[in-house]
Amino acid sequence: MMLNLNGQVRRVPQDSSIPDLLAILGFEGGRGVAVAVDGEVIPRSIWDGFDVTDGMRVEVLRAVQGG
Amino acid sequence: MREKLQIAGRVFQSRLIFGTGGFTSLQVMGDALKETGAEMVTVAMRRVDPMAGGSILEVIDEAGCDILPNTAGCFTAADAVFTARMAREALGTEWIKLEVIGDDRTLLPDGPELLAAAEQLVDEGFIVLPYCNDDPILAKRLEQLGCAAVMPLGSPIGSGAGIRNPYNLAIIVESAGVPVILDAGIGTASDAAVAMELGCDAVLVASSISRAKDPVRMARAMRMAVESGRLAHEAGRIPRRLYAEASSPTEGLAQT
Repeated sequence: MMLNLNGQVRRVPQDSSIPDLLAILGFEGGRGVAVAVDGEVIPRSIWDGFDVTDGMRVEVLRAVQGG
Repeated sequence: MREKLQIAGRVFQSRLIFGTGGFTSLQVMGDALKETGAEMVTVAMRRVDPMAGGSILEVIDEAGCDILPNTAGCFTAADAVFTARMAREALGTEWIKLEVIGDDRTLLPDGPELLAAAEQLVDEGFIVLPYCNDDPILAKRLEQLGCAAVMPLGSPIGSGAGIRNPYNLAIIVESAGVPVILDAGIGTASDAAVAMELGCDAVLVASSISRAKDPVRMARAMRMAVESGRLAHEAGRIPRRLYAEASSPTEGLAQT
């Protein structure tokens, strides 16, 4: 399926979960990481069961130096 | 007993908030952080390759500091609200340093967008610390919306130009019912001292430490300046006068 991952359109395996997408992006998914799908923040507690489908816009942010 | 800084019920021993932007390495950042004695530390939220150069959170945890995520780089209320929600999920904190800027060149806050974002985030239960202009009316409006503090700028972010409008800052301090944290523009230790002497409750220091030739030494200078400035404020300075006022007795002078 095709997803918009952090602003880039990418093909990912069908049935990829949020943890799978984090792995594709190279994120370990620990503390300091947040995920949103189509503009809605997805709580970590439901990452495993969240149904990612074709065409979704996935945003992954991490805490970095700043401010 | 000296009064401590208190924001949203949290008591701080240190009146210096540490900005983490601009350090060349996490090692230097960690050393500088310890030197300031700060208890709260800012981070930004970005789409970056993970663990590039280590984890900033480990350094902050090791120093025993609270995390204050920011919404730096956001130009609209909608982007700032989204970034704040992401930060809350990522870091498990309701605290947010709200930044909504108007343009790239000045990085000055966009008042209307800032007010809209502040209102939304307060409604969602965030503890909102807005970076704002040195405008007493805007600061009052943010306080009335339920912000936990106000963070007026001294001068533009990273400019090192110090406090360009001490008169406005004095008015903000005088009328504020929440802590006033001087944010942005500090270039060197004396700027931080001036902010504290004007009655600010705290200062946020970032570039002036991280971009100094010797960040760790500047961190120590900033800690001392914040403490000195606060002490001077509490002690009460003498008024400025146009003419001299003799400090030695004016009676009993020798005659020739």
